[in-house]
Amino acid sequence: MLTKKRSIFTLLLVCTMALLLVGCGGGEQKSEEDAAAKQEQDEQMKVGFIYVGPTGDAGWTYAHDQGRKYLQEQMPDVDASYYMENVEEGAASESYIQQLVQEGSDLIFTTSFGYMDSTIKVAERNKDVVFMHNSGYKTSENVGNYFGRMYQARYLSGIVAGKQTEKDLIGYVAAYPIPEVIRGINAFTLGVRSVNPDAEVRVVWTNTWYDPVKEKDAAKALLDEGCDVITQHQDTPGPMQAAEERGAYGIGYNSDMSDMAPKAVLTSAVWNWGPYYVDTVKAVKEGTWESNSYWGGLGDGIVGLAPYGDMVPEETKELVEAKKQEIINGEWDVFTGPIKDQNGDVKVAEGEKLTDKQMLEMEWFVEGVLGNIGNEK
Amino acid sequence: MNSPLRLEKRTSASTTVNLMIPTISVILALAIGALFLLGAGHNPVQAYSAMFNGGFGSVYGLTETIVKGIPLMLCALGISLAFRMHLWNIGAEGQLYMGTFGATWVALSFPDSPAIFVLPAMVLMGMLCGGIWAMLPAVPRAYLGVNEIITTLMLNYVAILWVDYLVMGPWKDPDGFNFPLTAQFSDAATLPTFGDTRIHAGLLFAIAIAIIIYFAMKRTRWGYEVRVIGRSQSAAKYAGMNIPKNIIIILVLSGAVSGLAGMAEVSGLMGRLQQGFSPGYGYTGIIIAWLAKLHPGAIIIVSILFGGLQAGGFSLQSSGVPAAMVSMLQGTILFFVLGGEILTRYRIVLNFRSKDTGGKSTWKQAS
Repeated sequence: MLTKKRSIFTLLLVCTMALLLVGCGGGEQKSEEDAAAKQEQDEQMKVGFIYVGPTGDAGWTYAHDQGRKYLQEQMPDVDASYYMENVEEGAASESYIQQLVQEGSDLIFTTSFGYMDSTIKVAERNKDVVFMHNSGYKTSENVGNYFGRMYQARYLSGIVAGKQTEKDLIGYVAAYPIPEVIRGINAFTLGVRSVNPDAEVRVVWTNTWYDPVKEKDAAKALLDEGCDVITQHQDTPGPMQAAEERGAYGIGYNSDMSDMAPKAVLTSAVWNWGPYYVDTVKAVKEGTWESNSYWGGLGDGIVGLAPYGDMVPEETKELVEAKKQEIINGEWDVFTGPIKDQNGDVKVAEGEKLTDKQMLEMEWFVEGVLGNIGNEK
Repeated sequence: MNSPLRLEKRTSASTTVNLMIPTISVILALAIGALFLLGAGHNPVQAYSAMFNGGFGSVYGLTETIVKGIPLMLCALGISLAFRMHLWNIGAEGQLYMGTFGATWVALSFPDSPAIFVLPAMVLMGMLCGGIWAMLPAVPRAYLGVNEIITTLMLNYVAILWVDYLVMGPWKDPDGFNFPLTAQFSDAATLPTFGDTRIHAGLLFAIAIAIIIYFAMKRTRWGYEVRVIGRSQSAAKYAGMNIPKNIIIILVLSGAVSGLAGMAEVSGLMGRLQQGFSPGYGYTGIIIAWLAKLHPGAIIIVSILFGGLQAGGFSLQSSGVPAAMVSMLQGTILFFVLGGEILTRYRIVLNFRSKDTGGKSTWKQAS
């Protein structure tokens, strides 16, 4: 018993000592070198980012990280080198956000829905830091939120898919049945059926934002059911790769996914966060920032379509361009009636348009979607 | 029982060996990690100092380390109970989930009750659900000898999926925009925290449980029975001890403590139930219980060290090392420390003896 006990404590002691030694060694060296540099840094504005996936996911997080890099390029006097990847959603994210505060961040972007409560909590304790939460609905004195009207780009990509499908069956790999995702599926389906009224969109839920294997498997299941175009509300190009392997087409999401599946990807509905990040940082720097909810669309360029693949015909491109201009000019928006739901009941009457609030709380599918949300009683 | 885990049997090792092995393990881990860091263009000295400072070098880091350690302590304490009787309860993860289930049920069912009622009720339900979850494999183990490693492990998946079902279905927050989360708990259903930190009363639970286990094992007749049954079932039977009863009791208690870990985590930290909240506390708890040689005090300390590895990882990331690299470093350290531990035991039993005695008979014994 005694030797056992002793050995474990020696182990602990040794671990601690090893870490201590390393820690001290680093500290001394650093303090001399960085003393001057640190003072400079203190005056420099620091911007931190919290990411839900790895920066190399080729999707959601990659798009945000491109935005961060753009910000750094445009504003070299700001330090935008702080970010944390793979941060779990929910309560666990609090420590990561707090960590960025400890590092001296003046502005922190938390880039997934699941960080909402944690962002509010950390902001409560750190009133001198500005927080911008992405894709949520809560704000406070020092927390704003921002998002984009991705549904507009989804609609346009739906036109491309509707023109391309031969079997009139399109597969949609989707993360969670929340309004953001439902809105995208509906907009996409409306786009598809605007050019191909017989086509249907089949939805599968993965219940994850980021899981390359699961996303790919879900796409394969859809291909097995006869879909010949695949699109996705997921963070990795897994579904696109599945489409490519089976010789089907795909429409990517988040960032241009054509590199990952060049033969399959028709286009991608993409985020372009960079310019918005620059504007926000400028506002905070100049002291003009106020808590707000930003929801920009095609007109602002925060959402858009990636370059087309070679297989997309000119005719389709012209159709898309025409609709795009209508949306940008404000002549028309996606959820303009008449729109029916899955049961064939009219949800939006002719001449009416959904309000932002109705869109943000959307919990029903339009006609032409095959699948269910799970809120049916 | 012919378990492959019977590595404890060893002649006493010299202090030098006990000191050398872990030292070399940690140095090797840090050296290998440094190679990876260098290869990826990071300064290993800076990275390691960031990691250490993040875990132990500041008040904030230290509090985060403890926060991360709390569920590990409770899970490891629960596991250690069963392990004492050589019952390999791999199901702490599931028992933890069932603990959150029980506690959440109380919190959601009595949103307007005062803390004085709701918190004890959450503790009770959490422990009860964790205990019942462990009883499911305990009964067939006690009376039919059904292997508890398999059954406890499999029930983990059931428990996780059960919680998934609840948060995506009946327990989904009606105001939560369809997100798989329950409603926020009332303030009364939230464990108090210490000052401004995130350290919650779960820490007190862990310390109390550790003390109780220590004295129950050392000073009570029951603790003695548990130890005897763990060492030799036939001896225990000969002494007239009721083995099935003790198997059930110890597994239920083991599950109840893991259930308490779930209650503390959901009430003290999360404030609502969500899917996939545990990064594998129940599994890490096994490693901790093992490294701490089932000693309750050592479990608390090892859990804090593991918490530090986690918290240190945050600062490492914010110093610019990618997340995948951080996990790799944590993995390397863990791998070497564990590998070193097991090596200590093996080396003594196999190598030294075979040399001394020419090998033949001891090799047979060892296998």
